[in-house]
Amino acid sequence: MTAAVGRDRRAGSSHRPRYGTHLFLIVVSIVWIFPIAWAFYTSLRPYAETAARGYVSFGGAYNLDNFGKAADGMGLWLHLFNTLIVAVPAIALILWFASMIAFAVSRYSFKFNVAMLMLFTAGNLLPQQIVVTPLYRMYLLLPLPAPLSDNGMWYDQFFGIVMIHLAFQLGFCTFVLSNYFKQVPKELNEAAVVDGASVWRTYISVLLPLARPALAALATLEFTWIYNDFFWGILLFRTGDKLPITSALNNLSGQFFTDNNLLAAGSIMVALPTLIVYFALQKHFVAGLTLGSTKG
Amino acid sequence: MSANAAPPITPPGQAGGVIPVSRGRRGNTRRFSLLTRRDRLTLTLMVGLPAFVHILLIWVPTLGSILLSFTSWNGIGGLERIKWIGLKNYQVLATVYPPFWPAVQHNLLWLAVFLLIATPLGMLLAVILDQNIRGSRIYQSVLYMPVVLSLAIVGFIWGYLIYSPGDGFINNALAAVTGNPDFVKPGTQIDWIGTKGLNLAAVLVAASWRHVGYIMVLYLAGLKSVDNTLREAAAIDGANARQTFFRVIFPVLAPINVVVLVVTIIESLRAFDIVYVINKGLNGLELLSVMIVTNLLGEASLVGFGSAIAVVLLLISIGPIILYLYRTMREGPE
Repeated sequence: MTAAVGRDRRAGSSHRPRYGTHLFLIVVSIVWIFPIAWAFYTSLRPYAETAARGYVSFGGAYNLDNFGKAADGMGLWLHLFNTLIVAVPAIALILWFASMIAFAVSRYSFKFNVAMLMLFTAGNLLPQQIVVTPLYRMYLLLPLPAPLSDNGMWYDQFFGIVMIHLAFQLGFCTFVLSNYFKQVPKELNEAAVVDGASVWRTYISVLLPLARPALAALATLEFTWIYNDFFWGILLFRTGDKLPITSALNNLSGQFFTDNNLLAAGSIMVALPTLIVYFALQKHFVAGLTLGSTKG
Repeated sequence: MSANAAPPITPPGQAGGVIPVSRGRRGNTRRFSLLTRRDRLTLTLMVGLPAFVHILLIWVPTLGSILLSFTSWNGIGGLERIKWIGLKNYQVLATVYPPFWPAVQHNLLWLAVFLLIATPLGMLLAVILDQNIRGSRIYQSVLYMPVVLSLAIVGFIWGYLIYSPGDGFINNALAAVTGNPDFVKPGTQIDWIGTKGLNLAAVLVAASWRHVGYIMVLYLAGLKSVDNTLREAAAIDGANARQTFFRVIFPVLAPINVVVLVVTIIESLRAFDIVYVINKGLNGLELLSVMIVTNLLGEASLVGFGSAIAVVLLLISIGPIILYLYRTMREGPE
């Protein structure tokens, strides 16, 4: 009954054309898409063309030369690879750690269940700049052995960046996953226990496989967030060649200071992976974001 | 947000495994003490290891910021060079350090623009797009697109390609439309980034461009979960669209309103990348977050002083964080 009424309302409203609403939405959409479209348009034009005709103009040559030049100039592939070195282990660790805590707090009652969730969630909400000064000093003091570090410290190492992403992102993922696990009927848990499964077995072979959709959504989201990180990259690296792609953007302005066309091509190339992930995995993306914030 | 995010304490008689049919929240958790020793060790490690990393890298430095804010240390030499100076850093911050009050003002203005313009716009778009109008998905994709870009890219695209006085879109468009080349000539051009006040407005437009889509998605998800019978009932009672939204839907969305409020406040305190790529937070774009970094990476690394700014930022953040925890963790009806 409820569903039928609901469907009627929605069907009814979509039959009535609302030109004012559409006009508003079209105008807003054009404004919204314009900066990206403008960056793309500018990136297709050789510098000489825009210098001669002005930036707001049509005609002349259009080609992809700026993309090649910008990619070489900024070391696109090197920095993209650096991003992968950070993102892949970070995402794996975040999901692993978060699912362990979520499993523990949603299936077993500890004394500290609530306190634990609150601590993680609060940590996730803190502005990063609050921790950065002491963290920077800590990274210079904490020792780290050779295969993980080439200078004996946490500072200027991929390991250090992976760890700070892990620490910050745990809160969000734990929150989402613990809500997710609570919806799983406990009978599944009981069945495993009756079969003599240990806690670890129950986690690995009962709960984790069930969480696959949530894990996929979170992985998509975390990839975008880590890819987009600018702050930790510029603070915790000193070696320019180690910078992840978004932090490496900072060099772009100095290098291409006089050439907005190259800058546009560079920006488009750096933005492209997240845009592709977003359009390809839109469902996961939005699901992950809303799982954490709007349940119930 | 689930009202029962916090698992209640399990009463002794109902510990997991004993009552098979109980699907209630209480039956859903097992008591720690009923487990074998090995299982207890496993669980302790499963929680302890992540908690250790989290506390070491987030809460220890937070505490560190608070402690260091009462000291003077330039980062040179060991920890033994740290000198306790009481409230001096705060005193200097409030009375001598020139960028402090402008930064506080800019952060507040940032928050005001987000709260009064960007967030309501995101909400309005969500309400419109929730009505199943034709092309709703396409509009949603377009409006959400800026959210997947990093704020650093947003700073580049707007700061250099749109606002640049000589090469940016706005001045070039003005010159092309009016036929007056003065708009792109040095001296007569509008310097969107170099003019105090104007640059903050310009940056806020760019930041809002990204914020609106974020808020829209949060509200869309919230609206989807609203029971349609509420709308029906309001319609039967003769409420118009505006009344239905403000009197019926908005109050039902209370949990999501809190999330949106907190997200908006935290995002305006975190704002960093966009300003840093444009001009490193100088000349009218001072923000608390950037000042912390400037003091850390500057030639004279003022650790104690930078920490005092961090503590100011912490004090402002605590309110919304507690509000968020209170609303999401408290027990309540399903």
